[in-house]
Amino acid sequence: MAQPGTSTLTTSPGGGRQHEDGTARRDFLYLSATAFGATGAVLTGWAFISSMNPSADVLALSSTEVNLSAMQPGQAITVVWRGKPVFVRYRTPEEIAKAKADDKADLRDPELDSKRVQKSQWLILVGVCTHLGCVPLGQKPTDPHGDFGGWFCPCHGSHYDTSGRIRKGPAPKNLEVPTYTFLNDTTIRIG
Amino acid sequence: MAKYDYVPSPFMSNPIVKWVDHRLPIFEMVDQQLIKYPAPRNLNYWWNFGSLAGVMLVVMILSGIFLAMNYQPSTVAAFDSVERIMRDVNYGWLLRYMHMNGASMFFVVVYIHIARGLYYGSYKAPREILWWLGLLIFLAMMATAFMGYVLPWGQMSFWGATVITNLFSAIPLVGKSIVTWLWGGFSVDNPTLNRFFALHYLLPFVIAGLVLLHLWALHVHGSNNPLGIDAKGPQDKIPFHPYYTVKDAFGLSVFLIIYAYFVFFNPYMLGDPDNWIPANPLVTPPHIVPEWYFLPFYAILRSVPDKLGGVTLMFGAIAILFVLPWLDTSRVRSGRFRPAFRVFFWLFMVVTVTLGWCGSQPPEGMALTIGQICTVLYFLHFLVFLPLLGWFERPLPLPASIAEPVLKSAAK
Repeated sequence: MAQPGTSTLTTSPGGGRQHEDGTARRDFLYLSATAFGATGAVLTGWAFISSMNPSADVLALSSTEVNLSAMQPGQAITVVWRGKPVFVRYRTPEEIAKAKADDKADLRDPELDSKRVQKSQWLILVGVCTHLGCVPLGQKPTDPHGDFGGWFCPCHGSHYDTSGRIRKGPAPKNLEVPTYTFLNDTTIRIG
Repeated sequence: MAKYDYVPSPFMSNPIVKWVDHRLPIFEMVDQQLIKYPAPRNLNYWWNFGSLAGVMLVVMILSGIFLAMNYQPSTVAAFDSVERIMRDVNYGWLLRYMHMNGASMFFVVVYIHIARGLYYGSYKAPREILWWLGLLIFLAMMATAFMGYVLPWGQMSFWGATVITNLFSAIPLVGKSIVTWLWGGFSVDNPTLNRFFALHYLLPFVIAGLVLLHLWALHVHGSNNPLGIDAKGPQDKIPFHPYYTVKDAFGLSVFLIIYAYFVFFNPYMLGDPDNWIPANPLVTPPHIVPEWYFLPFYAILRSVPDKLGGVTLMFGAIAILFVLPWLDTSRVRSGRFRPAFRVFFWLFMVVTVTLGWCGSQPPEGMALTIGQICTVLYFLHFLVFLPLLGWFERPLPLPASIAEPVLKSAAK
């Protein structure tokens, strides 16, 4: 008889050798082989899943330079960055004042206007509604600007203010501010 | 495999058939499962829609394969390649009209097939897995149709793809990464179009596999029938051929006339003119609408003012169908013997059609309010009406057998 905690090898009816507590060398082989195979399958599967993420050539196109020298106050242009529209707006002093005044308004996604700009006259936003990805209207003077003087998304009715903050409608977040740097006074690099 | 008193067809004694069957019993399977297969003797025309759906799957795969021979899945070439199919490829217009209207016909047929199952209680024991497989086919169809609609790369293609993939951004924490992964970039673009084409080509064959499982599950207990009672013996059944092959063929002929009307006389009735404008990532069309067959679900999505809430409810509208066999507490299958259920069934039909109308309207004013009421009614039907009906409703007496009412009405 074996002492508790130790075990001796006996021959099982099937011919395989097993310990007295019912475990056999074969159980270990089953488990380790299964674990080995499963790990391999998961790692291989990762290659397939990862191949669907943005590829190197897509990532390489991830910055855009914009020359702002021709723009006048009150003008807005739309540039393409990573396949998406980016709104560049040369804000008038009134628009800036309105955005600053709205800092104290009841905001769904509270953020100070000063945190959303590097130079207060240049408002730079990803022009994609944070609801389901439509492009809001408001870049042209003739466009609807919504109830807060900024942008209005026609798809499901979201209103953004002169700082691009969500004020009304189904969108949960403010229009995103992309990463950008001023290369000099009149050129920015987005991304 | 045959559980009934199977008498082989005469061709089964042919020596070549015997030689083949000894190695692969394919003739035996066809004979047992398609020719001699005993079906309830009282199936009405609502039971045609399963085979019609099968025919549509074949039509879609065939027309799709031949379209793919001329289609180019790249953002630069896709729109023009579709125009080339329409103008230059021999009968390309026919293939495309068959395919784009075929999608609508496929959904019409499947919606009627589902509604028939709802009315006659075809989802009840022992057909729950049959019902689930049908729902999986429905989900795969929706994914296939959505990705197929993206391929022509018009404005509605692009913005439909943008809005629908953005639904996943509502998922907390990982939503944004999932959307980037789905896109293969930072917006719907060339990688998205490529993978949608690959998956649009793949999924119909997944559907075909699910259809085989669906038929397998169907043939275990056989078709439900308008009375909803089980067959008591051979007198309740008739062989599938020639009785139901003929009935299906007649129904198919009528259906093909309707299908041909759309293909040849009104191919754009169900389409959206905005898809004639090539995709422009910088301009959203003022009014985005999905194809008609998604409108009820779109209306549910928009009736909730919260992003995550809307997305959850939209997927929930289909998910709830999976537990329907347990939400419907009545032991009587057929709506024919459930007077109160019948009222709620037709109310539910009106609710879904109204939701479809709401989905086609801009989300404001009356359409939005009606959509919200109908969304509530849609879920009440499953979560409150059906469970309570089973308890409070007094069903009509069931006939003793399938044969009894048939023979009675024949005697008159």
